[in-house]
Parts: sequence; structure tokens; C-alpha cells
Amino acid sequence: MLKEGQIRIPSGCAISAVISKEGKRMSGEKIIESMKPMHDRSNGLGGGFAAYGIYPEYRQQYALHVFCNDKICKDECEKFLKESFEVVKSEYIPTRKIPEITDEPIIRRYFVSPLSSVLSSMQLDEKEYVVRIVTKINTEMKGVYVFSCGKNMGAFKAVGFPEDVGRFYKLEEYEGYCWTAHGRYPTNTPGWWGGAHPFALLDYTIVHNGEISSYDANRRFIEMFGYKCNLQTDTEVITYIADYLLRRQGLTLNETASVIAAPFWKTISNKPRAEREKLTYLRTVFSSLLVTGPFSIILGFEGGLMALNDRLKLRSMVVGEYEDKVYIASEEAAIRAMEPLAQNIYSPAGGEAVIIKVKDGDINGR
Amino acid sequence: MGVEFIYPEFEVIRNTNRCITCRVCERQCANEVHIYDDENKVMLADESKCVNCQRCVSLCPTRALKIVKSDCRLRENANWTDGTIKEIYKQANSGGVLLSSMGNPNSFPVYWDKILINASQVTNPSIDPLREPMETKVFLGKKPSFIERDKKGNLKNNLTPQIELSMPVMFSAMSYGSISYNAHKSLAMAAENLGICYNTGEGGLHEDFYVYGKNTIVQVASGRFGVHEKYLNAGCAIEIKMGQGAKPGIGGHLPGTKIVGDVSRTRMIPEGTDAISPAPHHDIYSIEDLRQLVYSLKEATNYKKPIIVKVAAVHNIAAIASGIARSGADIIAIDGFRGGTGAAPTRIRDNVGIPIELALAACDKRLRDEGIRNNVSLVIGGSIRSSSDVVKAVALGADACYVATAALLALGCHLCRTCQTGKCNWGIATQNPELVKRLNPEIGSKRLINLMTAWKHEIKELMGGMGINSIETLRGNRLMLRGIGINEKELEILGISHAGE
Amino acid sequence: MKRIYVNEEWCLGCHLCEYNCAYANSGIKDMVKALKGAEINPKIHIEESGKITYAVSCRHCEDPICVKSCISGALSKKDGIVCIDKNKCIGCFTCILVCPYGAIRPSDEHAVQKCELCINNSVEMPACVKGCPNKAIVYEER
Repeated sequence: MLKEGQIRIPSGCAISAVISKEGKRMSGEKIIESMKPMHDRSNGLGGGFAAYGIYPEYRQQYALHVFCNDKICKDECEKFLKESFEVVKSEYIPTRKIPEITDEPIIRRYFVSPLSSVLSSMQLDEKEYVVRIVTKINTEMKGVYVFSCGKNMGAFKAVGFPEDVGRFYKLEEYEGYCWTAHGRYPTNTPGWWGGAHPFALLDYTIVHNGEISSYDANRRFIEMFGYKCNLQTDTEVITYIADYLLRRQGLTLNETASVIAAPFWKTISNKPRAEREKLTYLRTVFSSLLVTGPFSIILGFEGGLMALNDRLKLRSMVVGEYEDKVYIASEEAAIRAMEPLAQNIYSPAGGEAVIIKVKDGDINGR
Repeated sequence: MGVEFIYPEFEVIRNTNRCITCRVCERQCANEVHIYDDENKVMLADESKCVNCQRCVSLCPTRALKIVKSDCRLRENANWTDGTIKEIYKQANSGGVLLSSMGNPNSFPVYWDKILINASQVTNPSIDPLREPMETKVFLGKKPSFIERDKKGNLKNNLTPQIELSMPVMFSAMSYGSISYNAHKSLAMAAENLGICYNTGEGGLHEDFYVYGKNTIVQVASGRFGVHEKYLNAGCAIEIKMGQGAKPGIGGHLPGTKIVGDVSRTRMIPEGTDAISPAPHHDIYSIEDLRQLVYSLKEATNYKKPIIVKVAAVHNIAAIASGIARSGADIIAIDGFRGGTGAAPTRIRDNVGIPIELALAACDKRLRDEGIRNNVSLVIGGSIRSSSDVVKAVALGADACYVATAALLALGCHLCRTCQTGKCNWGIATQNPELVKRLNPEIGSKRLINLMTAWKHEIKELMGGMGINSIETLRGNRLMLRGIGINEKELEILGISHAGE
Repeated sequence: MKRIYVNEEWCLGCHLCEYNCAYANSGIKDMVKALKGAEINPKIHIEESGKITYAVSCRHCEDPICVKSCISGALSKKDGIVCIDKNKCIGCFTCILVCPYGAIRPSDEHAVQKCELCINNSVEMPACVKGCPNKAIVYEER
């Protein structure tokens, strides 16, 4: 069978997330619990997590999480990384042998800094440089796949049910101020580790439930700007869209939401003038980045997250709160599994962005 | 007669049992095919004059008439076909270039018919356009590469002028002169009602139609007929016509007999003079010259109008499109080899240019590969026959489609392909006032509105089936297409997979 | 009141209105059977002069001079329509003489005939209006 990247694979899914507005760090235990009641929304062909604030001691470095098929691939990868970065630390990501997760590749972690001499000679900013190197590895280096490359954060994913994936990676030993999780129900993948979600680029991670109908329109547009949709998954293209709009165009989160899940023209025409002009402008300029078809996504980034449904609300997604924490999941049961006392549970409307930001300066935990 | 004789192509079959000799056929045939025999009180016909425009058939109140292909045929020969031999006879008779009208009728592949559209099943829902909003609005024009903010951090509107369309279809260029006043009026009225655009073609804009300016694209062609400052500012966009799909590489020729009255005034040339558009623009011999004309027109209109550059689909169209996209033009219009014409040399019409499907796919890909797809919008034409053609074109990468033949059909054209005679019995391709009045714009515009409204419904149904509720996410969405019965190379150029893949 | 109006600009002089009128008022279901070989005597006529053509039928005047002049009371105005009662008509043709439009003509039944807007033979629209290929004849409120 063809794996992700060789063929487009649509999938249904479960998503969940928790964030502390105070920036308090939590272990990965709760988020693993949240995926259990949604077991049937996955089919064992992929699960994963993203955690923010987990590497405070290396917060200046980009944490690269890498799958290597074998030792040759690993050596090749490390050689290339040493040419491209100053590698501050290089290690195996700790895992636990469990019967539910098998056939694991070599899973490595590197904390790296771009060499300033290289940056200045290429006239690139740091982030753009990291994106280009990661894109190059994932496109050109066979058997090597970088699945996480942000600062002070990391994605963890595998073929299996999400709750098993969480145990496999010993996530209870990490502490982060924000966690997102994903359980995958792909329709035709042989099960490739790199194809599991979340999809991550720099500090942006996306967990996504849905199958977007705009995929190829979005892909062909975003690929004009140097992105390569190697996995041919919705999550990947949405991540690139988020990166393009937020980082490269400098849109705000709300503006980004009004591009991805743009209000209908009729809704726009009923808005007050300033708002109407802004929304018309965004929809016109970024028309190819509108995403249609069912989706609920949670976009994680340094210091916060944004949850967004497609404009028709064709996928379930609920939000709840307790004390300083905000919970988001495909089902209320997942929220209750994390916090039985969660309050103010509601379903955001289609296209309504739910944006939660950690209090300034608190993202490194207390 | 004798060696020059060519047996008439059509036969007029009159059912005398049904004919009530009302003589409407006689009165309505500008070719004077039908004759009333007063002595015997019967209708007669001179079939040699018949062009099979079906006017008499359509108006006969008792359905007593039909026109059929004559079965008087030369001996069959797969190489020397009947048509080929008769063309030789005609040229041996006249010594002239053969002329034809409307689009290439030959059996070249129609790729639209070799492409199938997707629909949602199970993994994502289809959307019912009767219950959910379904958006077909498009904006044509260059999109800025970067946003800008004012001092307060608000987004600045740095968009250059755009054309707003309620659906991704426009009526393409047909000049006043090649078609009638009433045909133009019908197109203008319909475009205004539908919230789309029509195109003046190269013959200027009749003063009566300035009121439709918001829905008018004014054309500047190599003859520059009817071009003046007020004209340039009259429409919502200006189109520079570099070429036409039906006759790439050659200009136009409107005979002096059609340059009468208002046509002469609108074109700003004396009555009775031939209106000859040169093959190239004599101020554009290269791409850098095009850039100068683009900016001249922008200067003349104070940068208020988007500039369209229309070219015929020829072999290296992708490179040409890339050049145009860097010329300052806002929109590229590409006209495929099956596009219509009021008159073209037959050999050129039938043998020059390439299919629009391939040209579109190649251009869209090239512009994306070069990262300049956002510099321009892509409008394509050259035999868009139905709403599914529109959907396929948009999915291949077009921002909008130009339709002309379909619009003329709605106005009554029966594709008899003899526009060049100026005797159009449907009042479209003629300047004879007796014939022009046969096209009542009230009826014509209503029929155009009906057609486009029907297409819009169908586009929405097809989009809904794919789970797409806005036309912009269909644009360039080639995964929604599959090829059927075409080879690897064709699939590769179209950028689509084969059905079953 | 809805009336028949003729727009000269769009009249093609095709004469179809005459045939449609004759057919509608023939009471025969098939047009061929009704009109084949017959001299038609329609209630609408195309007036022609050179290239100008124009269909003429009764205008159903506000104050119809024909009704005033009718000596037998055969012509009357009902719901705005000038009607003819053929049983009362004695064929004096005074109405034909006074009608300034030439809209009243003799019939084959020793009475006069005129357009009655197809009220007796069609449901929605007079036959001449329905059959006009160029909307030169319209039936509308003005």
C-alpha cells in the first residue's frame, strides 16, 4: 500500500486539548485520560500529542524530533544536522516497551541552534532557516522524517491508539502548560509513524478532525511559497497555512481564522463598514486559503492555542473551563475525563475562533 | 453550372400536407430560399441558398418544415472526404481563401468530455445548496503579496482594482459590427442583471451602452477602433486583445458593407471602409512593448481599471502567460482553438492553436511553479459549453470562464456558421436593420439570464456534491478531477489522475 | 385593464399573429385542419408600408365610437372589453365605417367581427400575443 506522501489519505479523528491560562505546567497524564472515552473515534492507525513548555532548560534551542528508518539514515541525518546547526544535545527520546506499540523506528531528539554565520550569509531569519532545513530533510532525505521542530515544545506520535502512544512516550514524565492530542481514523493508510498527528512546524502544531474538500486548492496555493506537502494530509496543509498567515504574513489569530473559515459573503455584507471592509479584503486577498469541508482544528503555538470549526460546523467540538484551565475536545466526555468539574461547556459556532493565550511571561511555567 | 457546380448541402423538406402557405418561411428567410408560387398556391424552395439556420423551421406554425443534409454525395473516400473535395472545387472556382465562422467544428479531442468530477461519500458530507449557503462570487485581479498595516495596526487596503463577479462566467468579446446593436444590448442588460461582465470586443462602445459600464469590459485591439479616453474609462476593466483562439496570429477584417451608421460612428472610421485589424499590434513586437501598453492604459485610467491581456492558446502558451503575468497585467484571458469568430480563414481556424484545457492546465501550473499565480487572475474561453465545463475549468485552475458561443445560442444562434455573409436570420451577426430587429433585447437578455441562472444552479449542485461551499476552494483543486480514456502524457499536462486512481 | 399593445420596433411583419388569430377563433383543434387551403379572416391585421409593419386590432377604447354608433345594440362594453353579439348584429357595417383604426371587419356570418381578446377561446393570453415570436405584441396593463 502507498503511505502518506504517496497518496492522499483522508481521515476522521478525535482531538482534545488543555491549556493553563496561568501557564501552570501539567503532566501528560490528564490528556492521555481524555483520549480514552473517545477510543472509538480512532482506529489504532495513529495517535499523537503536542506539549508546550516541556523543555525549559533548552528553551533557546529548536527541539527536533526525528524518525529514522535505520542507523544509516540516522547517521546521514546527523551528518546533515551538524552541517546546518550547532547541535547542543543529541539523544534518544525515551520510550516504554509495550505490546500495543510495535515496529518503532529509531526516534531521536536534537536540540539545535542555527549557525549565525550561515543565517547571515543566506539572509534568512532563524525561523525561515529552520523551516527550509526541515523541509529539505523531509523532502529529500529518504528514511528520515522530522516531526517536530519548535522551541520548548514537542510533538510525540506513533501508530497505535492515542492512549497507548502516550504511555509509549512516557508523557506522564513531561510537564507542559498546554497539551493537545489526536486519535486518528484514516481510511486507507498502512500505518506510517510520520503520518500520525499532530503535524508540527516550528512551534505551530495542528490536531485536526475532518476531511477538507479544499485540499488541493490549498495545497497548490501554499506550495508556491516554498512549502512542500509531503504527507498529502489535511493537517499538514492547514499547518502550513497557519504558518504562512501568522508568521510570514503577520496576520493576527482572528484574522487568520477569518481567512481559513471566512464568513459567508452575506454575513460580511451585514457587518459594520470597517469590519466589512477588513473581511472582504482578507477573503479576496487570501481566497485560496479558505478551507471548506468539515474540520475542527486546534492550533497550538508558543503561549496559546486556537480552536476553530469549519464555517458550517460540520464536525463536533466543545469547550469547557475549570479554574485557570480551558479544555477543548471533540466530545464533552473527553473534557470530563480531564476535569469532571469542568464548567461553561459550550459548542463554538462554525467559523468562531476560540483563542486562549497564556498570561504574558508565564509560558515557561512557575 | 458545369464544372463549377456544387450540389446544395441541404435539402428543404416541406410536408405539403401540413403547410398552410402562411408564407412566414418566405418572409423570414434573408437568403431567399422560400418562394410562394401564386399560380399554384404552393411554397417552393431554392435549396442552393439554404445555410440551415433553422429560422424557417423554428417559425413554421404547423411544423411543416425540416432541413436535412443532402444525401447527394461523392463517392466515399476516407482520405478525400466530401468536404475536402468540395473545398477544392470552391477554391478552383474562386481562387480565394476559404472563410468560415464560429468555432473549429472538427473532431479534435474535447478534454472536458474526458474529465470526470468527484463527489463526497461517507468520509465527508456533501452539502445541499438548497439548504446551505453556496458561494460563487469571484474577484478578478492581482492580489498583493504582502499585507500592510497603518500606524494603528489596522489592515490597509492595498488591493489593486478588481472585477467582482457573482459567478465565474463572463460574456466574451464580440464587437459591435460583428454582432448587432440588439445582440450587444441583450448581453449588456443580462450582464448587469446577473452581476457579471460582457465585453465590447474591438469595435468600440455604442454611446447608448455607457450606462452598463459597471458590467462592461472595453477592449483595445490592434485596430484601436473606437478607442478614446472616455471609452477606456467607461468600463470596469480594459482588455488588450493580442489574439483570438479561432484565428491566432492574424487580425480581423470587418467588410465595409457592415460599417454603416452607428457602427461607423462607434468605430470612428468612415462609412463603407473596411475595418482591418492588423495581425500584431504594431506597437507591440515583444513582451516589453506589452508592458508599455499595459501601463499606458493604466495611466490613461488613473490606475482605476484592471488590465486584461487576451491571447490565443498557442504552443508555448505557458511561457507567454508567464511573461504577461510579469508585464503588469492584472488578468490573463486565454482563448482556446475551439473559440468562435465572426469570420476567419478556414485553414487557420481549423489548424492553428491548441485546446484550452491543456493550455489552462499548463499556464496555471507554470504560474504556480514560478510563484506568480497571485499576480494575475486566469480567465479562459474557447468553447465552454456547459456548467460542468465551467466547474472543470475552475478546478483545473481558472478564476473565471468566458462564454460567447453559448451566449449566442441563447440569443437564437443555430450555429449555421455563416456569420461572414451578414445575413443572420436571427438578428445577431448582421447590421441589416430588418434583420437586427428580429432580436428583441427584452427576450434576448431574459434568455441569457435564464441560461446563466441555470448554470449557476448547476455549478452549486456540483460544488455541493464535492462538499465545497465556496468557488474559491474549487479553484485549482485538481484532486476533484479524474481523467477518463486519456494517456499518461495528457494526464500529466492536465495535472490529474486517471479515474480509479 | 390589460390591453393588447403593439410595438412597431419589434414587429417583423411575419404575419404569424393573423394565422394564430384565425386558428384560435376557428374552434378547430388542429391548426392544419383549421387553416389548410382556407382564406383566413383574422381579427388582427398587419399594416405594411415599405419596411414598416404593424399589427392592428381592436384597442377597446375608453369611449368606443363603434358602440355608440351600433344601431342594433350588438356592440357593447363588458368589463372594459368591446364585445359583439352576433345574434343582434344586422350587418349594417356602421361600426366598420366609424372605427378609426379599421379594427372591425365583416365576417362570414353576416355579422361583423372584431378582437375580443380571445376571452372565449383561450385561458391566459390572446393567441396573437402568445404566438408573436418577437414580443412585438404584448398583453399588459399600462
